[in-house]
Amino acid sequence: MPSLKDLKNRIGSVKNTRKITKAMQMVAAAKLRRAQEAAEAARPYAERINAVLGGLAGSVGQSDNAPRLLTGTGQDRVHLLVVMTAERGLAGAFNSSIARLARLRAQELLGQGKVVKILTVGKKGREILKRDLGSHFIGHVDLSEVKRIGYANAHEIAQDVLRRFDAGEFDVATIFFNRFQSVISQIPTAKQIIPAQFEGEGTGSSSLYDYEPGEEAILADLLPRAVATQVFTALLENAASEQGARMSAMDNATRNAGEMIDRLTIVYNRSRQAAITKELIEIISGAEAL
Amino acid sequence: MAKTLQFDLVSPERRLTSVQATEVQIPAAEGYMTAMADHSPTITTLRPGILRVRSAEGTAEYAVTGGFAEITPEGTSVLAERALPLSEVTAEYMDSLIAEASAAAERAAPEARADADLLVQDFRALRTAAGV
Repeated sequence: MPSLKDLKNRIGSVKNTRKITKAMQMVAAAKLRRAQEAAEAARPYAERINAVLGGLAGSVGQSDNAPRLLTGTGQDRVHLLVVMTAERGLAGAFNSSIARLARLRAQELLGQGKVVKILTVGKKGREILKRDLGSHFIGHVDLSEVKRIGYANAHEIAQDVLRRFDAGEFDVATIFFNRFQSVISQIPTAKQIIPAQFEGEGTGSSSLYDYEPGEEAILADLLPRAVATQVFTALLENAASEQGARMSAMDNATRNAGEMIDRLTIVYNRSRQAAITKELIEIISGAEAL
Repeated sequence: MAKTLQFDLVSPERRLTSVQATEVQIPAAEGYMTAMADHSPTITTLRPGILRVRSAEGTAEYAVTGGFAEITPEGTSVLAERALPLSEVTAEYMDSLIAEASAAAERAAPEARADADLLVQDFRALRTAAGV
């Protein structure tokens, strides 16, 4: 049985914890709103570029001199997994769910005798994957200094990936990130970016347009930009998901702390009352004995 | 009153402008082109240059690089990787773009070298045109 003083200290420390988690929740809520706005603002560009490329890919994709970014290298032996996680923890299952998805994919690929290379974005994913798959790491992008994710960050990652592709370091590239569904639901997602895949491919709308210069030249110019755009979209989705996950995790933590305080307070009151009763009994029975 | 077209200028991070314009001058890959209402549907890539939008409110000018323009009879969308109102373009901004393009040209594969050099020239021309 803990003493009254112990209980009091315990209640105090849980109260402090609750203050911290409450503050973190509110900070995450504010950041989430900003992240969502950023993701919203970036949507028109991504949608348009995908629509145009989808049309182009449908008409040019079959020809022999289509760019390699679209058709691939003709092999799928070496896979590059770009694992995007947060720089910070305390966000519920946010980091571990991406890492789990990436680990499953990596193990599946290794089981098929493929070569796996991993590029990590964000420190948390790197820490989680290090033990099992550390030998497959080929690079790391540190975003801990970045306050607000901009297109320049995505551009850099994309340039790195494209450079490796041009150097023949891999055949297929997949990005792993959390797609933002709502505050309580973020879906770990794997998306293949090289060879490029477009939703709504082959709609045939491309034949309506004149292309200047030719279709292939445009495709060659736009595909690298599309890779950067997809990385950017993923980064933004991830940022929104991270804040969403942190917000609900901290909400839960705050609620749990509240419950714990209630329980501890009851125990504290009961033991205080027990002590008082005990003293009274001692006095009364002492008086009766006389 | 001339017919107008819906004009959108979009960068990866946000939509910069969306107006009813009478004409839009685009720095297209094969020279400047002007889009007006009922233009035939065209998709073209952009060179670094100045985008001029004429609308009821006057003429707006933007320095744009990288991306493409989608022209339909009803409207024109310009998707530029970097876009900035011309009045906000500074010498430092242009210098950083030129330095970046030059560095890319240095690294470029031999067969892509000519294109990369051309890009650097375009940036220099844009810098002169912007008058900074």
